[in-house]
Amino acid sequence: MIKIEKLHKSYPIGKGSLHVLKGLDLHIKEGEFVSIMGSSGSGKSTLLNIVGLLDGHDTGKYYLNGQLIENLDEKKAAILRNKFLGFVFQSFNLINYKSALENVALPLYYQGIGRKERNKIALQYLDKVGLKDRAEHLPNELSGGEKQRVAIARALVTNPKVVLADEPTGALDSTTSHQVMELLKEINREGMTVFVITHEEDIAAETDRIVRLKDGVIISDEKVNKKVTI
Amino acid sequence: MFDLDRWQEIFQTVRKNKLRTALSGFTIAFAILLFTLLFGIGNGLKHTFEKQFAGDSQNSIYIRSGNTTKPYKGLQSGRKIQFRNDDSKFINKEFEDKIQFFSPNIERFAQASYKGEQNQYTVRGVYPDYLPLESAVIETGRFLSVLDIKKKGKVIAIGRLVEKDLFGNKSALGKNIVLDGLSYRVVGVFSDPGGDNDERFIYAPFTTLQGIYKPNDELDRFGLTFNPKLSIAEAIAFSNQLTQVLKEKHKVDPRDQSAIRVQNYAEGAKNVQQFMGVLNVIILFIGIGTLVAGVIGISNIMVYIVKERTKELGIRKALGATPSNIIGMIMMESIFITALAGYTGLLIGVFALKALGDSLEKYFILNPSVETYVVVGATIVLIIAGTIAGYIPAKRAARIKPIVALNDE
Repeated sequence: MIKIEKLHKSYPIGKGSLHVLKGLDLHIKEGEFVSIMGSSGSGKSTLLNIVGLLDGHDTGKYYLNGQLIENLDEKKAAILRNKFLGFVFQSFNLINYKSALENVALPLYYQGIGRKERNKIALQYLDKVGLKDRAEHLPNELSGGEKQRVAIARALVTNPKVVLADEPTGALDSTTSHQVMELLKEINREGMTVFVITHEEDIAAETDRIVRLKDGVIISDEKVNKKVTI
Repeated sequence: MFDLDRWQEIFQTVRKNKLRTALSGFTIAFAILLFTLLFGIGNGLKHTFEKQFAGDSQNSIYIRSGNTTKPYKGLQSGRKIQFRNDDSKFINKEFEDKIQFFSPNIERFAQASYKGEQNQYTVRGVYPDYLPLESAVIETGRFLSVLDIKKKGKVIAIGRLVEKDLFGNKSALGKNIVLDGLSYRVVGVFSDPGGDNDERFIYAPFTTLQGIYKPNDELDRFGLTFNPKLSIAEAIAFSNQLTQVLKEKHKVDPRDQSAIRVQNYAEGAKNVQQFMGVLNVIILFIGIGTLVAGVIGISNIMVYIVKERTKELGIRKALGATPSNIIGMIMMESIFITALAGYTGLLIGVFALKALGDSLEKYFILNPSVETYVVVGATIVLIIAGTIAGYIPAKRAARIKPIVALNDE
């Protein structure tokens, strides 16, 4: 589903440049539940941005759903994002003047789906995250956990190939964090590829595979031994 | 192409972001309102000046005679110059192609009475051409006709105020007024934009008055309008030439200023035109200034709006909005607000001017109003400016990488 070969990325800083990703190789298959672990500055967010087509890479190869990503202009990237990727952000990134339902329906708007159809689909996904009764609420009328569930519903609404979550629990307390992770697990069980970025060990522990990143290189890549937590 | 869904998206952002909408809308509406008001008041000033000079036809020339002040060709000074009918014929023949209307003129101050009501009025013996010369308009009945001239008819056309003085609120038409002991039938009542004085005149056929008051074929003065096709310079040249040939004919020293006096409104018109020209430039300047201020205002606000929305635009991009989606959305919003607010400002301005009406007449502002095409044009200019002002930041916003936009706080 996601295949990365010898990926390099550096950012210009002043006159020099900061080499953030130093030749990553990573292969994520369909249906996997993967977490990228690393402290801040390890390059994990940069990786997610490149995988999420929010940013470009310098050298190396990136295949998304078997398609080589190169020379992407903004328009093509936007269409691919809309079609293949669902995003969940740490700070939720809901549009504050739109209701929960409208937020969830927004990606469908950019697919050119009519309003009625859009709202119908969006309501189904809100129901899936257990927020059907909150459909007409504005983001500031929702709790942090509810906001993130709305964001997850929004990520799923286009039925993407991969859900990319950037510190999805970073702004949540531990109980809510757990609920959000349960939701992501459930989505994964239904066959969705889920790609989580986190710096919290216990969050990473809830995924199936942990990739550790340090100073722009992968230092470990291991399956998690499923242990039942209470 | 009308895309209902897109419009709904825009209506929602407009509705849900009231402060932003109000801010930009207010700037536009205010600019158009100011523009309309300033332009309207400028036009009001113009109207006042136009009215000041509306008393007589703008292209009229009056010729009077007096006594010579210089001896010339063996003739003494102090000699009275008397116009006669052959001068009429002479002028008409010499300047046929340069004259539009022409009438010799006899003027008498006469006692007028009707059934006990009496008053003194200036009675003028004129030809039918005299009516347009004075810019007078017949209200009821008719003016003097060629037949009246031929038959030396005892008929008169009276000013609106003469009718009011002698007849009160009743119609004077068909009634007989006695002037210096002779009875004349009223055939018409006229009004004259020149004011009260001009509306207290009585016009009788030239031939009738000449027969009664003048020995031989003497007359008092000439009134004529020059061909409106003449430019002002040509008209002034024409009146100079007219003066010259008349002086020659009556053996008057060319430098004698009082024996034959030609009063040409074209000279006044020239000044008025120049003044109006300056006034027009001032009004135009104010108008353009207001528009520029409005354009700058809307540009600022669009930059601010796009800046404020950077994060939202980043979210939209992450969710699959293409750059053209983003640009289209911002521009449509910008155009929508500008058009709506511009139209509102225009309406308020026009109604305000209507309400002002003639209430500012004592400040020389008469009927302040604006031509529709001017305000509509101004509104279109602002809409175009709003579009461009929206396009530039929208384009920039669309180019920002979504990741940068998302991190914007």
